[in-house]
Amino acid sequence: MGRRKKMVERVEALMGNPEMIRNIGIVAHIDHGKTTLSDNLLAGAGMISTELAGRQLFMDSDEEEQERGITIDSANVSMVHEYDGKSYLINLIDTPGHVDFGGDVTRAMRAVDGAVVVIDAVEGTMPQTETVLRQALKEHVRPVLFINKVDRLINELQVDAQEMQIRLGKLIDHVNKLIKGMNEERYNAGWRVDAANGTVAFGSALYNWAISVPMMQKTGISFGDVFNYCRDEDMKILGEKCPLHEAVNDMVIRYLPSPIDAQEGRVSAIWHGDKSSDIGKSMVSADPNGDLAFMVTDISMDPHAGEVATGRLFSGSLSRGMEVYVSGVSNTNRVQQVGVFMGPERLEVNGIPAGNIAAVTGLRDAIVGSTVTTLEDMLPFESIKHASEPVVTVAVEAKHMKDLPKLVEVLRQVAKEDPTLKITLDEETGEHLMAGMGELHLEVIAHRIERDKGVEISTTPPIVVYRETIRGTAGPVEGKSPNRHNRFYVVVEPLEESIIELIRNGDISMRMPELERREKLIAAGLHKDEAKKIVNINETNAYFDMTKGIQYLNETMELILEGFTEVMKGGPLSKEPCMGVKVKLMDAKLHEDAVHRGPAQVIPASRQSIQAAMLMADDTLMEPYQKVFIQVPQDHMGGAAKEIQGRRGVILDMTSEGDTTIIESKAPVSELFGFAGDVRSATEGRAMWSTEFAGFEPLPANLIKEVVSNIRERKGLKADLPQASDFMSL
Amino acid sequence: MLYFVGLGLFDETDISLKGLRTIQNADKVYVEFYTSNLLGTDIEKMEELYQKKIHVLTREDVEQHPDWLHEAKDKDVVFLTGGDTMVSTTHVDLRLRAIDLGINTALIHGASIASAICGLSGLQNYRFGKSATVPHPYTSSRGKTIISETPYDTIKMNMENGLHTAVFLDIDKDRGFMTVNRALELLLEMESRRSEGVMENCLAVGIARAGSENPTVRADFALSLIDVDLGAPLHILVIPASLHFIEAEALVKLADAPKEILHLTEA
Ligand SMILES: Nc1nc2c(ncn2[C@@H]2O[C@H](COP(=O)(O)OP(=O)(O)OP(=O)(O)O)[C@@H](O)[C@H]2O)c(=O)[nH]1
Ligand SMILES: [Mg+2]
Repeated sequence: MGRRKKMVERVEALMGNPEMIRNIGIVAHIDHGKTTLSDNLLAGAGMISTELAGRQLFMDSDEEEQERGITIDSANVSMVHEYDGKSYLINLIDTPGHVDFGGDVTRAMRAVDGAVVVIDAVEGTMPQTETVLRQALKEHVRPVLFINKVDRLINELQVDAQEMQIRLGKLIDHVNKLIKGMNEERYNAGWRVDAANGTVAFGSALYNWAISVPMMQKTGISFGDVFNYCRDEDMKILGEKCPLHEAVNDMVIRYLPSPIDAQEGRVSAIWHGDKSSDIGKSMVSADPNGDLAFMVTDISMDPHAGEVATGRLFSGSLSRGMEVYVSGVSNTNRVQQVGVFMGPERLEVNGIPAGNIAAVTGLRDAIVGSTVTTLEDMLPFESIKHASEPVVTVAVEAKHMKDLPKLVEVLRQVAKEDPTLKITLDEETGEHLMAGMGELHLEVIAHRIERDKGVEISTTPPIVVYRETIRGTAGPVEGKSPNRHNRFYVVVEPLEESIIELIRNGDISMRMPELERREKLIAAGLHKDEAKKIVNINETNAYFDMTKGIQYLNETMELILEGFTEVMKGGPLSKEPCMGVKVKLMDAKLHEDAVHRGPAQVIPASRQSIQAAMLMADDTLMEPYQKVFIQVPQDHMGGAAKEIQGRRGVILDMTSEGDTTIIESKAPVSELFGFAGDVRSATEGRAMWSTEFAGFEPLPANLIKEVVSNIRERKGLKADLPQASDFMSL
Repeated sequence: MLYFVGLGLFDETDISLKGLRTIQNADKVYVEFYTSNLLGTDIEKMEELYQKKIHVLTREDVEQHPDWLHEAKDKDVVFLTGGDTMVSTTHVDLRLRAIDLGINTALIHGASIASAICGLSGLQNYRFGKSATVPHPYTSSRGKTIISETPYDTIKMNMENGLHTAVFLDIDKDRGFMTVNRALELLLEMESRRSEGVMENCLAVGIARAGSENPTVRADFALSLIDVDLGAPLHILVIPASLHFIEAEALVKLADAPKEILHLTEA
C-alpha cells in the first residue's frame, strides 16, 4: 500500500509533462505471457516484489481470472521508470488474449499510443496476434515486438544457438510482413520491427529476463551467453544481469511515441473534425489548457463511488467539479473524482492533464465510446468498432420472482460495462436474452451477475445467433402507412462486399464529412449516384435515399430510418439481426399535414416495405463460424480431426512441428458447443486448442427450414415461414 | 347501408335530430375517438341518451383492419365521429373502401370546428387558407428529435397570400393534448431557427373548448399569447393574416385583442 501511494505521488509529478509519458498496451494471443510480462514491469518499478513477478499475476486481480488462469478484463497501471537518468511515466494497459474478450483490446487501443506485441517463441504468430496487430495499426498505435518464452525454445524444443537465431529472425520477418500487408503506408513510414535498431526484444517473462540489441551493448551479454545461461538453467543470473523490465521499458521509452509525438496521427485516425479549429489544434498538441476532449474507453463499477469512466484525455485537463458535455446527451454532467488505476485500486489525484489515461466518476451519461468535452458542439470521436460480433446467446431468468426488477437493472448495467454484450427483451416471450462473443464470455458474465450484483439467475444452454441476409434483388416494393396516405417504394439488394468491408473496418461512418465518405465509397466501387445518397449505416446494412425533391421527405427521414433500424435488428424471416442488406428508397408519397405522417404512420410503412422486399429477395440465414486451431501429439491427431469433421467442419491446413501436429480448421459455432469435452476425451486430454471468430457463411439449404422454424417457435412467432404478402397491407 | 354521422363539437347533445334518428334505427353503431374527441361527454352518457349500444373502434380497426365494414352489406351500420363527418381524410378513405365492397353510404353532418372558429373569433371563413397541424416533437431511438416545420411553411405561404391559417393541435394517446402555448413555443422556436419573419410580430387567436357553454377565445400578439392560460382542452390556434376592419373589431370585442390592432387593418 505504502509503495503504491508513493508511486502515485511520483506519477502525479510527471503527468503534466507529456514528453515524459508513454501510454502503452500489452497485446497478444491468449497465454503468450502478457500478464507475466506486465508483472515484471511492475516489479521493476518497485510496485511488487521481484520474487513474485511472473507468478503473482498482480494484474489478474479478479478471483475468476486467477482461477481460470486467463485475463478477462483489461487492467490499467501507471508507473515510473528511469531511463538515461530521467524519470518517465508509463501508463500501461494489460489486455486479455482470449477471443471472447477481444472487445477489451479494441477499446484499450483507443487509449494508448504504442503497443508491445507479445509472441510466444514456440507458437509463433497466431490468429489473435494478427487481430491485435491489425487493431493497433487501425488506431494509429505504433507496435514494438517482444518475443516471449524463449526458454521453451531451448528447454522444450532443444534447438541449438544457430537454429534459435534463425527462428527468431523468421518470426520478426513474419511480423513485418503482417504490418506491411495491413498498413503499407505506416510500414513505409518506418513502422517495422527490427532487432538491429532496438524495436525487438526477446526473453522469458516467467524467468524475468530479456535482451535486445541496445541491451546487449549496455550489458556486454551476447546472444551466445543468453543461450548458454538458458541451457545451463542459470536463468536467475540472467534475470539479474538483463532484467526484463529494463529491456522492455527502455524499448518502450525509446521507440514508442510520447503523446506529443503521437496525438497528431492518432487524432486523424479517430476524429474527423476540422484540424485547424481550436479543439483540433489543442488535441494535436495535447494542450492541457485547451478545451476538454476525453474519449471514454471503459466503464466499470466501484462499490462505493459508482460508475467509473476510464479513457484517454486528448486535450484540456480534468478536475473535480467541472461541468462537461457527453456526446449524444443534451444536459451536462459534473466530474466527481479524478484518478488513475493501479491495477485493482483506483487512487485519486487532484487533476489530470492532456496526454494521460484517466479514471473519472460522476459522468452519469457516459457510455463506452462517449466523447466528453467542455464544448457544447464538438464533433464526437468515431465510435469504437469491435472486430467480432455476438454469435452466442442465452436466456436469463431470475431464480426468485422478486428479483425480476433488479435483474432488469443489473442487465442494463452489465451491458453498459461491456459493450460487446447485447441484451434484448424478447417482446413475444418476455425473455431476457444475453448475446455475447462466445460461451466463456456469457459464462463469466452470468457468474458476475450472481457474485457481484447479488442476483441469483438461471440461464438456458447457449444457442447461436444467426444473421439474416438476402441473395437477390427485389422491388420497388410498396409499403403503406396504416392510414394509407403515405407510401414508400424500396428496392433491396445485397450490399457490395467491398462496402461491407469498409463498414466493418470502420473506414466509413455517418459522422465523417460527406465528401470524404463519398470518395471512399466510390473508391470501393460504389456508383457515384449512390455514393452521395447514403443516409444511414446500421451494422453492415445501409439505407440510400435515391429520391429527388420530394416535399416533406426531409423531416420524415428519421422516421423512415426508424423503420429500417427495426428491421435490421430483426429481419422478417426469423427476427435475427440482418447483415449485408442494402435498401434504396426509390419514391415516396407523403401526406401534406405533418400529423398524418407521424411515427405511427411512417415507421410501420417503412418497416413493412423492407420486410416484404427482403422476403422477395431470397431472404436466408447466415451462420457464424469459428476457426479452430488444435495442437495435438501425432498419435492423437486422428481423434482431433474426427471431432472437427463430425461437426460440419473443414480442415484448412495441417502442419507438424516435431512430434506435434497443428490443425487449422473451421466449423459452425452451432456445432461447437461441447467441443471442449469431446476433444478432451478424443485425445486423452492431450490437445491444446484455441478459436477465432471466422465470420458468417450461408446456412446449408437443407437446414434452413428446420432452423428457421425452431427460431420462430422459440421467439413465439407463427411457425409457418412468413410470406411477403404478410407484410403488405391491402 | 353505412351512415357516416357527425356528432358535433362538444357533448352528446350536439348531434342533429336526423343523426339521432339514424342511430336509433340502426342495427349496429360504431364510434371512433382518435381523430377528435368529445370532451364534454363519455360513452355511457351517449348510450343513455341515444338508447343504443355503441362500439368503440381503435385506430387499427379504422385504418388497417376495417373488417366491421362487411356488416354494412346487409345491415344498417352507423359510424360516428367527432365534429363533422368526412373532415378527417381517413374517413374519406373508409367511405371509398365501403364503395369498393358494394356498400351504399350516406352522410349526416355535424357542426365542425372549421366553422366554429370563424363563429367564435369573428374571422371570415372565406379568408382562410390551407390548414396545418402542429404534431408533438418526436425523439427517435437514435436520439434525434424532429420538429416538423410544415406548419411554419403553411402559415408563411398563407400569409403571403393574405390568408388566415387554422392550426390544429396534436391529440396523442400517450403524450396528450397539445396546448396553444406549446404550439406557439414550437412555432417561435422555428422562427428563431429560420428567421423568416413569419411569427415574430404576428397575431394569434387561441380558442379552447369550442362548442361548450364556456369557450375561451383570446387574441393577442403571439409573443404575449404564449403566456395566456386558456384552461382545459381542446385547444385550437388561428394565425390571422392581415385583418379586414370588421375582423379587427370582432377580435377586440369577442377575443379581448389589444385595441392597437384596429390600426393594423388593411382598409
Ligand atoms: N515457459 C514460459 N512460460 C511462460 C512465460 N511467460 C509466461 N508463461 C506462462 O504462460 C502462461 C500464461 O501466462 P500469462 O501471463 O497469464 O499469459 P497472458 O498472455 O496474460 O494470458 P491471457 O491474458 O489469458 O491471454 C502462464 O502459465 C505463465 O506462467 C515464459 O517466458 N516462459
Ligand atoms: Mg493476461
